Amino acid sequence: MTDAPPVLEVDTLCTSFMTAGGEIKALRDVSFSVSRGEILGLVGESGSGKSLTGFSINGLLSPPGEVVGGHIRLHGQDISTLSAEQMRQLRGRRIAMIFQDPMMTLNPVLRIETQMRDALRAHETLTKAEARMRALEALDEVGIPAPAERLRNYPHQLSGGMRQRVAIAIALLHKPDLIIADEPTTALDVTIQGQILALAQTLCKERGTALIWITHDLAVVAGIADRIAVMYAGRVVEIGDVDALLDDPAHPYTAGLIGSVPARGNRGTPLRQIPGRMPALTDLPPGCAFAPRCDFATAACNSPPPMVGSGRAVRCIHPLTEVAR
Amino acid sequence: MTEILLSARHLTKHFGGRGDLVARGLARIGLAKPAGIVRAVEDVSFDLIRGEVLGVVGESGCGKSTLGRMVAGLMEPTSGDITRHAAPRDGGAHKSGALPMQMIFQDPFSSLNPRKRVSDLIGEAPRVHRLVAKDDVESYVAGMMEQCGIDPSYSTRFSHEFSGGQRQRVGIARALAVQPEILVCDEAVSALDVSIQAQILNLFMDLRTRLGLTYLFISHDLGVVEHISDRIIVMYLGRIVEQGPSEQVFENPQHPYTQALIEGVPRLDRRRMVYAPVKGDIPSPLDPPSGCHFHPRCPLATDICRKQTPTLRETAPGQHTACHLVPAFTDKKETT
Repeated sequence: MTDAPPVLEVDTLCTSFMTAGGEIKALRDVSFSVSRGEILGLVGESGSGKSLTGFSINGLLSPPGEVVGGHIRLHGQDISTLSAEQMRQLRGRRIAMIFQDPMMTLNPVLRIETQMRDALRAHETLTKAEARMRALEALDEVGIPAPAERLRNYPHQLSGGMRQRVAIAIALLHKPDLIIADEPTTALDVTIQGQILALAQTLCKERGTALIWITHDLAVVAGIADRIAVMYAGRVVEIGDVDALLDDPAHPYTAGLIGSVPARGNRGTPLRQIPGRMPALTDLPPGCAFAPRCDFATAACNSPPPMVGSGRAVRCIHPLTEVAR
Repeated sequence: MTEILLSARHLTKHFGGRGDLVARGLARIGLAKPAGIVRAVEDVSFDLIRGEVLGVVGESGCGKSTLGRMVAGLMEPTSGDITRHAAPRDGGAHKSGALPMQMIFQDPFSSLNPRKRVSDLIGEAPRVHRLVAKDDVESYVAGMMEQCGIDPSYSTRFSHEFSGGQRQRVGIARALAVQPEILVCDEAVSALDVSIQAQILNLFMDLRTRLGLTYLFISHDLGVVEHISDRIIVMYLGRIVEQGPSEQVFENPQHPYTQALIEGVPRLDRRRMVYAPVKGDIPSPLDPPSGCHFHPRCPLATDICRKQTPTLRETAPGQHTACHLVPAFTDKKETT
């Protein structure tokens, strides 16, 4: 391990929604860290809180959502206490975000050039010509052919894969320390997804950018991530190295997820399925949230299990494989 | 014993091309370009064998959904025909009034009428088609729900009271209520979470063995199609580029596109992959490339690929490929 503090450290992050019906705890004690050049896969099903984690880090929560506890440290500096204005200075420059649907994040009535110039000028003082140069470089870097022409295009004139490349180029403009990518390839076709994954991989390794890749697709993170964190009902239930976690899952939910994915060699055989579905956040069981669906649940599961282990950790009283404390 | 249940020959579907009255008028006096024709499906032929799962894979715009809709009878082909070889089921169990073909859609949120109770959603069609007597509808619906893994006590609920996976089960129960032989599943599990998707896939396979159903299973997800299908069809821009037994196509893809597609699929056992993706975008079906549709993206493309449209030829036992560069199966035998 390196001596420098990790790029991002999330420490017992709690996020709640203060609704009229009371507080809904959407994230509870979420902890993980990402180092330079590392790709962390954040995996979970819908409602597990994976996107919310991204929003909380980036300070993009809108009321009634609120970070109610824990710390977020960027290079050792606590950013969870920063004011809205200080957060705005940080966002886009040191933490960038890529979203699922580039049609929603790009402004449909502005040319690509205008949008990239705005993003650049939000944090730097540049002339129009300088901004154009930087934009051209960025587009070139993400492999967009004929970048000068593309600058004059509107988003609807580009294909889905091309739009996502533009979104990535915009995210890279300020050479951020951390990129949070929220399901960036879910809306794309297989061959285009491959292109975007290859791009993310090389950019991360070359520049040492830390990347959090949020997705519901275990297979995608298997191919791209160095480490994986699995979320369930607002908690990280297991975290660890890609190989360790996928080959020897310790949490029964992780094992269930892996068994649910159709893979080579089990063609035509019934998939291992997890019975039931994720409980609603308003109606969580008192202990382990997965207990009602778990084959191994005992009476002890009625009290919340602690996260056991460092590096490779699991939140389960009856882990499938022993995790070093 | 292979009994062909349905055969499609030279199916073609074009959209547009005419435009409305104003557009046609403007085009005639040279003020507008004539409306383009989207060649969604072109010259597609295949057989559906009783009891099999025929998977159709391809990326967006390849015409797989259009193909499914034509097979399900929801859309008239521009040319070509679909013949259903209706033979009575063993023991003559096929009741009159049963509808031979049903479709299951991707989005269980928009494919169920929000103003109807589950009992009506499932029970209406068999009642209208006189499959069951009016008095028996209730128990019939309960049986259908049970078969699809929904608690029959929920029959008075509305669809919004269910989760995505449960809704998809209601959709399946509704399709099965008219005792079809063929189910056309168009991205039926794509909108579901992984653990729910596994439940529905298991249900599909379970129903297949219990009811002897035949599936046309359309999906962009290669993993899912590989898992469930006996044979697969790979489509690209409206044409079949490869078809054959599922295992064989996945083990030994012949067409460069199929190879790239299978190579590019993220899989659990592929860690820290170095992706070598296919270059370029999927061309628009409004203006497909000449010759082989894949040639602008194909690393092996030669002159003939640009000029001539390849036809499907047998390149391995039972496996057909539309590519100029893959030697035909018989040729291979001669050389060895």
